Amino acid sequence: MKGIIGKKVGMTSIFEPNGKQTSCTIIEAGPCVVTQVKSSEKDGYHAVQIAFGERKEKNTPKSLLTHFSKAGTAPKKVVKEFRDYSLEKNSGDVITCDIFAEGEEVDVVGTSKGKGFQGVVKRHGFGGVGESTHGQHDRQRAPGSVGGSSYPARVFKGMRMAGRMGGGKVKVRGLRILKIFPDKNYILVSGSVPGHNGSIVLIQN
Amino acid sequence: MDAIAFVQDQLNPKKEIPPFRAGDNITVNYKIIEGNKERIQSFKGDVIKRQGRGFTATFTVRKISDGVGVERLFPLYSPNIDSITVHKSGRVRRAKLYYLRERAGKSARIREKRI
Repeated sequence: MKGIIGKKVGMTSIFEPNGKQTSCTIIEAGPCVVTQVKSSEKDGYHAVQIAFGERKEKNTPKSLLTHFSKAGTAPKKVVKEFRDYSLEKNSGDVITCDIFAEGEEVDVVGTSKGKGFQGVVKRHGFGGVGESTHGQHDRQRAPGSVGGSSYPARVFKGMRMAGRMGGGKVKVRGLRILKIFPDKNYILVSGSVPGHNGSIVLIQN
Repeated sequence: MDAIAFVQDQLNPKKEIPPFRAGDNITVNYKIIEGNKERIQSFKGDVIKRQGRGFTATFTVRKISDGVGVERLFPLYSPNIDSITVHKSGRVRRAKLYYLRERAGKSARIREKRI
């Protein structure tokens, strides 16, 4: 696996060489610094820890400051770990968006937009129960039955109900890298990416 | 320059587009690719809507073809648009001329702007 941390900037669309209009997301990816390399001998698994973004020294805990200074870098905002990194990296190395090539397929991981407390129709795609006429009222977006009464006389665990929606980790697979601007650290991926503008995303494959 | 403007500036074709607005009568000559052959087809009608900003803007052209209303939506900066010709500029009092959809014949005409 190889990957980089980035910030979702926004969406737009571009025209591809065949004239087709394609929606795309601009991600400001990197530069990231390798802060730690984990090995199977020492840590039990192989991983690369990378950091991204700026953070003021006075707002950084001392323990983190030492961690960053070991890698010889200024404090960073986000620290993430990639397991089984395919590129050979040492602590203190800089990872930029040129680890990817144009046309490559990538996965993007982000935190989806929070939707708050939502009913079953929006949250789980239920159809609702009732109709708007024939004497019915307030049943249109209802969840319906959640189980039998005398048997099993309980509601099964995991029954889909209303509740908090969104704000979770979401991975979108198979997005195409349309264009890379190395001097601006921009990566253009096809389609949409989870989260609001300015949120942290991981690009990996 | 913000990121979206920068990307658009780098990637999208810069081309001259004649000024036109809703109510104008225009011809859009656009390229059609059939297999590996390319030809140009034209679509003449009234602009009923312009929508969007920057390089993602689109416009809709409506014409009556054999008594049937036909609308086509074009991305303004599409490389498949060969050229746009403005024939008449219309005198309209709205930016979106959806009311034309309910009309036919004489009442669906747009008055020409006299300068």
